Amino acid sequence: MQKTWLLGVALCACSAGLALAQDTPPPETPPPPEAPAATGGAGTYFNPSIAVIGNFLGVAGNNDTENLPAASLRESEVSFQAVVDPYGRGDFFVSVGKDGAELEEGFLTFTALPWGLLAKIGRMRVPFGKINPLHGHVLPWPDEPLPMVNLLGGEEGWVGDGGSIGKLFALPADIASEATLAVFNGESDGLFTTPETRREVAYLGRLRFFRDLVESTNLDLGFSYGGGPNGLTDTSDTTLHGVDATLRWKPLRTATFRSAMVRAEAIWSRRDDPLATQDANGWFVSAEYQFLKRWFAGARYERSDHADDASLQDRGIAAVLTFWPSEFSQLRTEARRRSYANGETADEILFQVQFAIGAHGAHPF
Amino acid sequence: MKKLCIALALLTLSGIVPRAEAKVRVISTLQDFASIAQAVGGDKIEVDSLAKGYQDPHFVDAKPSLILKLSKADLLLVAGLELEIGYLPPMLDQSRNAKIHPGNPGYLDLSQGCEVLGRPTGTVTRAMGDVHPFGNPHYWTDPENGRRIARAIAARLAQLDAANAAAYQSGLASFEAKLTDKEKQWASKMTPYAGAKVVTFHDSWPNFAKAFKLEVMGHIEPKPGIPPSPTHTLEIINVIQQNKIKAILVEPYFDQKAPKFIAEKTGAHVVVLYPSVGGTPQITDYLTLFDADTDALVGALGGN
Repeated sequence: MQKTWLLGVALCACSAGLALAQDTPPPETPPPPEAPAATGGAGTYFNPSIAVIGNFLGVAGNNDTENLPAASLRESEVSFQAVVDPYGRGDFFVSVGKDGAELEEGFLTFTALPWGLLAKIGRMRVPFGKINPLHGHVLPWPDEPLPMVNLLGGEEGWVGDGGSIGKLFALPADIASEATLAVFNGESDGLFTTPETRREVAYLGRLRFFRDLVESTNLDLGFSYGGGPNGLTDTSDTTLHGVDATLRWKPLRTATFRSAMVRAEAIWSRRDDPLATQDANGWFVSAEYQFLKRWFAGARYERSDHADDASLQDRGIAAVLTFWPSEFSQLRTEARRRSYANGETADEILFQVQFAIGAHGAHPF
Repeated sequence: MKKLCIALALLTLSGIVPRAEAKVRVISTLQDFASIAQAVGGDKIEVDSLAKGYQDPHFVDAKPSLILKLSKADLLLVAGLELEIGYLPPMLDQSRNAKIHPGNPGYLDLSQGCEVLGRPTGTVTRAMGDVHPFGNPHYWTDPENGRRIARAIAARLAQLDAANAAAYQSGLASFEAKLTDKEKQWASKMTPYAGAKVVTFHDSWPNFAKAFKLEVMGHIEPKPGIPPSPTHTLEIINVIQQNKIKAILVEPYFDQKAPKFIAEKTGAHVVVLYPSVGGTPQITDYLTLFDADTDALVGALGGN
C-alpha cells in the first residue's frame, strides 16, 4: 500500500516537472497603472459631441450679379452628434448666419439594420452627386460651383425632409458599390415646391462605384437621378440627372504631405414649364494638388445654364490656394472670374478663414 | 423542394446562414494588432487591417473598399485613445455591421489594459497641438504591451468562438514564449545604449523609449501635428549639440527634409524607425518589427 502511494507521489512529481519543463510560463507582465478617472462625472457620459465651425468670407472686386458683402461671418455651424441607442445615432447641424439659426441637417441613422442596409430619416443634404451632400466647410473652394447654384436650387443646394436607404455591394474586380434610394417631401428652397405637400414628393436614386486602381490611386464614380414637383402647375416636375467622377492620388508613405485630386460633376435638369420645357445642364472640373503638408493649390472651371431659362448660361474659372495652420483652422484665397448670362464679367478675390472648436470631426473623403 | 433550395441560397447569400468551417473574421486598424491576432488565432481566424505599416496611422482615408472589409468582420481591433478618430467613426456607421460597434463583443479597444503613457494631467486645449487627451496612442511599441494585447485578443477570441478557446490559448502561449525569448535578445542588444539620448520627429515613441531605456530630449514637431518652425528647428539643433545626441528618430511617413537638415548641422544620424509591422517587406510580424528597430538604433548609436 505504502509502495503504491509513494509511486503515485513520484509519478505526480515527475509529470509536474515535465509540465514545467515543457510549458515554462512566461514572465508575469506587471499590470498597467490605473487609468485616471474620466473627468466631468457620470453626467457628461451621454452628452453629444459638440463642435462649432466658423466660416468667415472676405471679398474684393466688383460683382453686381452675386453681391457678396466685403466681409462677413458667412456661417457658423454647430453640430451635436451622439449614439442614440444600440440601433442608431443622431446628428444635428445648426447653421447660424445673419438671417438667424436654421437646422441644416438633423437625422437619425439606423446603423444596425439587417441585410447590410443603412437608413436615415430626418432632414439631410440629399446625396445627389458628390458635392451636394457636403457641408460648406469641407468644400475645397470658398464658394459653390455654378452647376450647384444654378441647377440645385441655390447656394444651399438640395436639402430634403424624408428618408433614405442604402446598401453596399462588393462587385467583381474589387469594385465597392453603394446603391441609395430616398424619398423627401416636395419642398426644397429654389428647387422643388408644391401646394400638395402630402401628395407630391421628391425622390432620389444613386449608384456609386469605387475602385482602388493601385495602392496610391482610386476612382470614385457616381450616377444620380432625382426629381420632384416644381410648382409651376399641379403636374409639372423637375427631373435631374447627374454624373460625378473623382480621381485621387495619395501615395500612402507620403499621404500627409503629397496628394492630388481631380473631380468633375455634370448635372442635367429638365424643368416642365407650361411655356416651354427647359433642358438645362451644367458641369465643373476641378483639380487640387498638395505640395507641402499644409499647402494645397487648385483650379476650377465651371459652366452652367439656368434651370428656369436654359438659354442663359454662366461660366467661371478660379484658382485656389489653401493653407492649413493645423487640422482645425484653414486660410484660403480664391481668384475667380465669372461671366454671367446678363453680360457682366466679374473678377474677384475671395478670402476665407475657417476654424473649428470642440469635438474632432472626421477627415473628409 | 425547389423553393427550399432557393430560400437557402438567398439566406446564404445574405449572410444569415453561417459559412461552412467559418473562421472568425478579424479586422484591425493597425497591422501590428493583425500580426499579433494572427499569431494567437492561427488558422482559426482570417485577419486583415485597414492601415498599412508605412502609413501614418492618424490619417487613413475612409474608402468604400475599407468599409466593405469592416462590413464582413466579426471582430474589430482598434488602438483607441482617439488614434482613429479621423476616419473610423464614420466608417463604422457606414459598415452596417453592428457586431463591431463600440460596446459589443466584436469591438476591442486594445488600449484598455495596456500601459498608456502621456496622459495629460492638467487642462487640455488645442493650443497644445493635435494632442490626444486620453494618452499617447503609440503604446504597442512596448513589447510588454504587445504581450497584454495578445492576452486581450486571445480572451476575446475565446469569448466569440468558445469551440476553439483551447487553440487560442495555445497560440497565445506560443506567442508569449517567442516574445519572451526575443525580449532577452533585444535587451541584450540595447543594454550598451541604456540611457542614450535621442530626438524624435513626432511624439510616437514614449513606450518604446521606456522599454529600451532611451531618453527622448525633444521632438522636431514643436507640437503634435505642427510642422517644425525655423525657431524650433534651431532649438532642437541646440538640444542635440548640448546633449551630444547621435540619433534622430523619424517614422517612414514623415517628410525627412527637416530631420536631414538638422542632421547635417549637428552630425546626428537620421534613423528611420518603423512603428508598425509592414513598414518594410522585411518586417513581417510583431517580433521582426523590434528586430528591425533595435538593429537600426544599434547602428546609429554605435556609430555604424
